[in-house]
Amino acid sequence: MNEFHPRTEEDAASFISDHAVRGAALAVVGGNTRSGFGNGVAAEAVLSSRGLAGIVAYNPGEMVMTARAGTPVAEIEAALAEGGQMMTFEPMDHRALMATEGEPTIGGIFAANISGPRRFVSGAARDSLLGVRFVNGRGEIVKAGGRVMKNVTGLDLVKLMAGSHGTLGLLTEVTFRVPPRPKTEETIVVSGLNDAEAASAMAAAMALPFEVSGAAHLPLTVGWCFLDGKLPRGEATVLRVEGLAGSVSVRAEKLTAAMSRFGSVTRLAEEDSRRLWLEIRDVKPYSDGTMRPVWRVSVAPGVGHQLVAALRLEAGVDAYYDWQGGLVWMRMEAEPEGDLLRRYIQLLGGGHATLLRATPAHRAMTPGFQPLPEAVALLSARVKEKFDPAGIFNPGKMA
Amino acid sequence: MAEAISFLEPRADVLARRSTIVADLADLLAPECLIHEARELVPFETDAFVSYRRVPLAVALPRSTAEVAAVMKYCHRYGIPVVPRGAGTSLSGGAIPQEDAVVLGLSKMNRVLDIDYPNRTATVQAGVTNLNVSENVSADGFFYAPDPSSQLACTIGGNIGMNSGGAHCLKYGVTTNNLLGVKLVLTDGTIVDLGGKALDAAGYDLLGLVCGSEGQLGIVTEATVRLIAKPEGARPVLFGFDTSEDAGACVADVIAAGIVPVAIEFMDKPAIEICEAFAKAGYPLDVGALLIVEVEGSEAEMDDMLASIVTIARTHGVKTVRECQSATEAALIWKGRKSAFGATGRIADYICMDGTVPLSQLSYVLKKTAEIVDGYGLRVANVFHAGDGNMHPLILFNANDPEDAAKAEAAGNDILRLCVDAGGCLTGEHGVGIEKRDLMRHQYAKVDLDQMMAVRSAFDPGWILNPSKVFPLDGRSAA
Repeated sequence: MNEFHPRTEEDAASFISDHAVRGAALAVVGGNTRSGFGNGVAAEAVLSSRGLAGIVAYNPGEMVMTARAGTPVAEIEAALAEGGQMMTFEPMDHRALMATEGEPTIGGIFAANISGPRRFVSGAARDSLLGVRFVNGRGEIVKAGGRVMKNVTGLDLVKLMAGSHGTLGLLTEVTFRVPPRPKTEETIVVSGLNDAEAASAMAAAMALPFEVSGAAHLPLTVGWCFLDGKLPRGEATVLRVEGLAGSVSVRAEKLTAAMSRFGSVTRLAEEDSRRLWLEIRDVKPYSDGTMRPVWRVSVAPGVGHQLVAALRLEAGVDAYYDWQGGLVWMRMEAEPEGDLLRRYIQLLGGGHATLLRATPAHRAMTPGFQPLPEAVALLSARVKEKFDPAGIFNPGKMA
Repeated sequence: MAEAISFLEPRADVLARRSTIVADLADLLAPECLIHEARELVPFETDAFVSYRRVPLAVALPRSTAEVAAVMKYCHRYGIPVVPRGAGTSLSGGAIPQEDAVVLGLSKMNRVLDIDYPNRTATVQAGVTNLNVSENVSADGFFYAPDPSSQLACTIGGNIGMNSGGAHCLKYGVTTNNLLGVKLVLTDGTIVDLGGKALDAAGYDLLGLVCGSEGQLGIVTEATVRLIAKPEGARPVLFGFDTSEDAGACVADVIAAGIVPVAIEFMDKPAIEICEAFAKAGYPLDVGALLIVEVEGSEAEMDDMLASIVTIARTHGVKTVRECQSATEAALIWKGRKSAFGATGRIADYICMDGTVPLSQLSYVLKKTAEIVDGYGLRVANVFHAGDGNMHPLILFNANDPEDAAKAEAAGNDILRLCVDAGGCLTGEHGVGIEKRDLMRHQYAKVDLDQMMAVRSAFDPGWILNPSKVFPLDGRSAA
């Protein structure tokens, strides 16, 4: 397939206009490291934002960065590290899990609304995104939002663009919040809890005033994968605290005392803690080089373990939990079991499941994203039509 | 006074059918849920943007989502404009009706439906007040973070309509960052659920789009919001400076040092005097500018963070540092700040601007604001959220003097243009409403506005929801 990497918004706009006139479909991508999201796209050409690269503005005193969409994430992270700041939503790197190659782009992060462990307290990528520029399906260059932290001027098209997976437009520039990076962190490990007990323990931790910024449960089957087997043997329920050194040790102390009623507690110092949460973020246990189906499931935090318990009666499933139990990473033994999984999600109060990895055969029979209720699907189709009337951007990807 | 902001012409066909419409609505609603007598309609003619008023055709006060849906279905069928209303505290005229509109008030839908601590969520009807949510969970150690100054009166539905902020959103975010789901009645009466107790939802982020849409995409009847565990302690501290520039520079340095307090509020001398006279909060009167900085955590953590802030403040010549000694004193400090608008209203009429600017532009914009207002021969008091650049200049004037009022509006518009030109936006948390509608083209190009209007049309093709608001009245055909 032909690939086009425009170097200016104007080039992108005219390329898109040409295709819109002919109704010719485009596969809209960034670094293409997350190509497994959603359904496959049949397109005449690939339109990539990779040529639109570079940090446009970064003033740490304003806690805001503007970058062109094709800027490699690595470049952004290096600049932020220098400024002592961060993307608070901890975007995951999907390459190991999905067995893809290349450089993830900042545009891809926002187009797919990629977040990591801190998301459940600090918000998703969409919560940090302040402004965008994009080219819509008419070939018009549109801006939405801005570069200030509070902005309610008109409709929030910024949120709509986040997580739209290139189906509404080609992102060309993004502006996002970059708060200070915590000076240090510690993780406390509660050992020996089953999934249900862990859910209670994590809920209890989040009801305490210690600002836990990571809460995950790693059952027996996955615990050994982390830190090269350095976690205490058995199930590990892990809780992270971050901030100034004095504050972190005080809170870790208090948290240890409070959690010891659930099980034996050990502590991980900064270096191990940082590495552990990176491995949790990037789904290390299932980055196994196989094509066994992997699901990303988002449900109410208290429901995650119930969902897994229900599924286990009917299918071979391995799972671990982030976001206090609300993000369930699942690897199926054989079939994706999408219908079964999605039926249980509905029965347990709602949420959604995204198929991130599977063989082509499995993908063909399983919608990549959770199908929407009819009224919401109709509304979404009407919204899409307002951005991309000819339906040329990633057709079918989110259907 | 002369009205600078126009409304859509009321539609003669709708006005002519007034009695039929009232009779039809009476079939859908209980008698106490429908207001149509001229005298009883008056309280609904305006909101907190009191310079403008229009008496609506009728007011519907449904008690359930089903009743909201029935009213919407009816109004949609006959093309009758609908203006949603929470508590009517909008500062931008977001809830001001028009003569041919049915006001859809959510005040009777004021029940808390579900408090779920394990999942840290509360599900409430749209008419529940902002403060009520926090009060319901406070004894159990939780709170709901967005805290607009009007939180005693304003409703969650209204907060969602405007994506409201507050003093503490520097750390915890605004409404959209704390909203997990809504039940939404679409223009044609269809009821949809967007989001829920999970942290994110499948498909486009329609929830994020609806939040802050000023009642133009549908009617929110229920909301699921995020609860947060209360910190161990919180302490507001007063920092007095000689000049606004010193205070502004201190804010920038605090942020640059990697310290993000829960709140950094700014008051200039006129604002300090006004608030102190009203609330007797113990604000120092011998300073030119005041910062209220709130830190959170254990005693040791707060001491730690404050020490760092004090060190920075000293480099900017801080004159007064006052820590409060008790919870009562802390409450008083916040009372003074949160009553700023009300206290100002006691000494003069005022309009409150809401532009946001990049932090690096704070000092410049403050200085220019003073020059602009001075140029019109008026006075200004500044009280705002400095940590996120959200300015609130209060322009004081005499509403009984039409010339004075016109000058105030003109000064306000100049200030908002200044904010946009400095890299900011027209409104950080109050919404566009009618107030800033005609300035939208200063911030957005035609193609940007057209894209927004097109999305609006996807939800409300006939433009019956709050139609006089947000988008300039001319040039709407593109949608």
